[in-house]
Amino acid sequence: MLRFIVRRLAQMVGVVFVLSLLLFLWLRLLPGGTVSAILGDRATPESRARLEKALGLDEPLWIQYWRYLKRALTGNFGASTGVLPGRDAFDIFLARFPATIELSIFAILIAVLLGIPMGYLAARRRASLFDNSSIIVSLIGVAVPVFFLAFLLQYIFAVKLGWLPVSGRQGNINATRVTGFFVLDGLLTREWDAAWDALKHLILPALTLSTIPFAVIFRITRASVLEVLDEDFVRTAESKGLTNRVIRGRHVLRNALLPVVTTIGLQVGGLLAGAILTESVFSFGGIGEALALAFEHRDYSVLQVLIMASAATFVLVNLIVDILYAVIDPRVRTR
Amino acid sequence: MKLTRLKTTAVLAASVSLGLAGCATSDRTTDSGSATGSGSSTASGGAGDTFTFGAAGAPEVFDPYYASDGETFRVTRQIFQGLLGIKPGTADPQPELAESWEPSEDGLTWTFKLRQGVKFTDGEAFNAAAVCYNFERMFDQNEVAQAGPAEYWAYTMLGFKGSETESLYKSCEAKDDSTAVINLTRYTSDFPVMLTLESFSMQSPKALKDGDANNVQKEGDGFKYPAYAMAPVGTGPYKLGKYDEANKTISLVRNDDFWGEKAKTANIVFKIIPDESTRRQELEAGSINAYDLPNPADWKGLEDAGNKVLVRPAFNILYMGLNPEKNSKLQDLKVRKAIYMALNRDQLVATQLPEGAKVATQFMPDTVAGYNSSLQPTKYDVEGAKALLKEAGAEGMTLQFAYPSEVSRPYMPNPQSIADALTADLEAVGIKVEVVTKPWNGGYLDGVDNGLFDAWLLGWTGDYNSANNFIGTFFGSDVNDFHTWKTDFGKTLSKELSDADGIVDEGKRTTAYEALNQKIMEEYLPGLAISHSPPALVVGKGVDGLTASPLTAEMFDTVTVAKS
Amino acid sequence: MSETPKGWRPGAAKKERIDALAATVSDAGAIDEKPGVSLIASAWKRLRRDRIFLIGLTITVIFVLVAIFANVIAPHDPTKPIPELISKVRRQTNPIPGPEPGFPLGSDDRGRDLLSRLIVGSRQTLIVCVFATIFSLAGGMILGTLAGAVGGWVDSLVMRIVDILLSIPSLLLAFSVAAMAAKPSQWTVIIAISIAYLPVFARLLRGSMLAQRHSDHVLAARALGVKEGAVVFRHMLPNAIGPVIVQATLVLATAVIDAAALSFLGLGNPNDRQPEWGQMLGKAQEYLADYPHMAFYPAACIIVVAFGFTLMGESLREALDPKTRR
Repeated sequence: MLRFIVRRLAQMVGVVFVLSLLLFLWLRLLPGGTVSAILGDRATPESRARLEKALGLDEPLWIQYWRYLKRALTGNFGASTGVLPGRDAFDIFLARFPATIELSIFAILIAVLLGIPMGYLAARRRASLFDNSSIIVSLIGVAVPVFFLAFLLQYIFAVKLGWLPVSGRQGNINATRVTGFFVLDGLLTREWDAAWDALKHLILPALTLSTIPFAVIFRITRASVLEVLDEDFVRTAESKGLTNRVIRGRHVLRNALLPVVTTIGLQVGGLLAGAILTESVFSFGGIGEALALAFEHRDYSVLQVLIMASAATFVLVNLIVDILYAVIDPRVRTR
Repeated sequence: MKLTRLKTTAVLAASVSLGLAGCATSDRTTDSGSATGSGSSTASGGAGDTFTFGAAGAPEVFDPYYASDGETFRVTRQIFQGLLGIKPGTADPQPELAESWEPSEDGLTWTFKLRQGVKFTDGEAFNAAAVCYNFERMFDQNEVAQAGPAEYWAYTMLGFKGSETESLYKSCEAKDDSTAVINLTRYTSDFPVMLTLESFSMQSPKALKDGDANNVQKEGDGFKYPAYAMAPVGTGPYKLGKYDEANKTISLVRNDDFWGEKAKTANIVFKIIPDESTRRQELEAGSINAYDLPNPADWKGLEDAGNKVLVRPAFNILYMGLNPEKNSKLQDLKVRKAIYMALNRDQLVATQLPEGAKVATQFMPDTVAGYNSSLQPTKYDVEGAKALLKEAGAEGMTLQFAYPSEVSRPYMPNPQSIADALTADLEAVGIKVEVVTKPWNGGYLDGVDNGLFDAWLLGWTGDYNSANNFIGTFFGSDVNDFHTWKTDFGKTLSKELSDADGIVDEGKRTTAYEALNQKIMEEYLPGLAISHSPPALVVGKGVDGLTASPLTAEMFDTVTVAKS
Repeated sequence: MSETPKGWRPGAAKKERIDALAATVSDAGAIDEKPGVSLIASAWKRLRRDRIFLIGLTITVIFVLVAIFANVIAPHDPTKPIPELISKVRRQTNPIPGPEPGFPLGSDDRGRDLLSRLIVGSRQTLIVCVFATIFSLAGGMILGTLAGAVGGWVDSLVMRIVDILLSIPSLLLAFSVAAMAAKPSQWTVIIAISIAYLPVFARLLRGSMLAQRHSDHVLAARALGVKEGAVVFRHMLPNAIGPVIVQATLVLATAVIDAAALSFLGLGNPNDRQPEWGQMLGKAQEYLADYPHMAFYPAACIIVVAFGFTLMGESLREALDPKTRR
């Protein structure tokens, strides 16, 4: 098992390495970019040339890449030019990553807590009104553009009702930062108001972000419960006269949950992408918002770090899911 | 090594939070029904001692010398002051840290009488030595800083200590404690008004020294700033409280030792909210008190909801640039005039720009000395334009016309709609328009500088009140975006502009600029001045005392927020 | 599954799901004597009775018809300002004039008839989603067929590339491609979306190719001396088509939504003389607070059409799934 994990991690490094090369070349072959972003509309051809020279952007690509690689290996990915100018790009990633994780965890929680029970119920009452309407709700959830949904939620719950904050991660509270996970920080430092405030800030964005994973988890649960209900062992159990409850708990749900676990892992990639939109609208300072800003400002250092880190995270989460899968289902290990 | 260790921490932290965050939800959701109902979402406002401003972006650095963007200056302006200040509501200079200033006959030596009894927030005294330390510091920059961060100095003073280009700045002497003398290498009409620029703010010499302020280094594609850049020390009505990067808020606290009238509100919080519709929702929810550059389409709705939209006098110009090198048809003045006549600018201004926007008659707004008020806007005349094109043999000419995407500027709130309107006008006189769009930072600005477009949209917001800052910037050198070196007037025009800039006598200089404006519009027409558009900022209910500035140089020390 | 990939590549779980979909084919192919034809015929038999599928189909057909005849249906030219509308546009007080006689939905910010823009927008929307799907399908097919049919080092190389692409979330990939386009246009949107879904198709096709390599009908064809190329194109590809159709229908739906997301981030097609729903929605965000109808119309259209595609795709998936067929 350990060797298997180590090999996978090694391959992940390989992927990130190739990705770094592709990204680097691609970004550098484009017009404009960093120089335009730094100098803005006051740029002149001379000032452009001067800045390009100072930043070493006039040198051959392979020299630039070699230099980049050398720096990157020591953990130095270059300074941001747009998202937070002057700050180390990797530090920006580290500072903002907890926000995205916090948001994603809550979104997945919402999706799981709603999706699995609803999927299970829908399957048990197949073709009922509940089944059909849940299917429609889940499909619409996927189709509604994220920013539109976000705007509606903000308008209803924050502006009109005033129950929840519009945006951000926390109000103007003098909170102590420990881990960067604001809810957790509040609990650790016993600043209950800070934790509560951070939690309130999480609700709307997490709800927005959860629509797609909810729809997927709901559908997979429903399909997989339906399938299991049809399997021989459930029929056998029924014929043995086991109570409904035992069948449900021991046989149906446990067997039906396997594909659901895989699906949750798959949703992580989608969450990262969904976070770009959600965090932008809710001004939630995670890597999703940073990605959008980095695109806008053509902040290449930050873009490179964030895209590579997203890919690495995605791969890592899938690795964890595979391990979990192996733990839940012994058959996989023998394969 | 460092990398792997850091990554492990992040992952560990993530997994810890996974467990705990789960607890949090289950604990909290049980009592959420009652608690959320009463909750006011943020702690801002309320007590009336905090003014919360919704900023669109993060500041670059807190050292204004190395900054060039409005988001940074909005913050540092509350912390720093310059020798010259800006008269509220105008673009005109007024005494600030200097009480008066006097040039020598030839305009090369400027004597500044300094305000007495002013202290930096670190307790250091502000005096002539501090002024000279600041100027010498700005003058003496390493190569990296010269190329990028010290942008405003490079732009106004042209050169640095030991640089190839000669600097306007020569030296600074502290005559006595309250008298500083600045020597220039040549006269320019931009001095001393350029000192109203935020970048020329006075900073504490001790803090500059201790924070190694000049030590800007290249780091990858960007710059690494010294410690001082995050710990600014000025003489202004506020000082930096805390920059909470994780929560994207910057808080300023009142400088209780401020030499002038103390700030009315104890704290300012800048909350960074990049998305505009979110800023508006925040304002309507009452969790911010103001934000900048509301979309003109929102002004009415905002006012109907009880907010105040403060419209700034338009201190900008939107123009259509023309490149006679790329499209040789444009070398003919008749063609340029015909294009100008084809543009229905009255309709454009009425339908696409907010009220108060004006059709431009020249390349500068009317508040600048040198503005020629006798010039009339070129009349919209489709038939005339067609006839003129025919005369020039350019009927059915092709014109490649570019506009930027991913951007909104004060002079151009909605580039796409403006470009579409202008395109329709050009097509109406039989010009075949080839529309090109490029992202602002991803090829547009680059394309303009490299002469890739026949015609393009761009504009300018004045840095300070000087004619040279407008037309001098555009045509002062014949190597410019308009490619005037390709025309017969390019050299003459740049010579005329630098001559005008060198006239020491203010009255004569103004007359010279007026004449030049007329010449540019009637004889040269290197580009087409389109319009001036007033940008605005919006404040919520209960906010008073904010004066809109044409330079977007609003001071927040006079702002009061009603207790709610 | 006859062959599990050796070693490990990124996105294992994602791949597994794609491979599972691909594997449905080998079962299907093994059942049918005439590959392809009867599979589709039997699926159609089931689908005809499927109400959900019929709803999806109806929505899609209406959408396609409107898109094709958009120019005939649209009452006005969607690209030109209409004098009586533009004369009412005031950026500050009336940026989007409401309904007028003859203009039931009113105007956009340039005095153009909103209804006509929506109608013609259906065409651009159709173009974007169909071309994005075709491009990603074609790209995926080339790579997948190459890998699946040739095998060996070609397979490893192609699949390494596909796996790297798979390791980036698809929407993020689309954003990156669109953001890096030097000249944004309708085609950059199409290409961005198609690159995002290309690896899925590639993996899908390779999976079903591999699944069939050892299936009876392919072995039989080989034994009869049919040329390798003919085996691939006549016997293997047609059988792989089932899951590809399912995936394509689903990509059609996500392409519509992704185009809107790109526009929201300012990465969409900037030329609004080619109105497209995602672009209209993206542009409407600046008027969201006071003039929400501007966003509502295109949003509703997108939701309905994406809904229709998804309904079709999901029913197709069920119909083609041998497990439910048995």
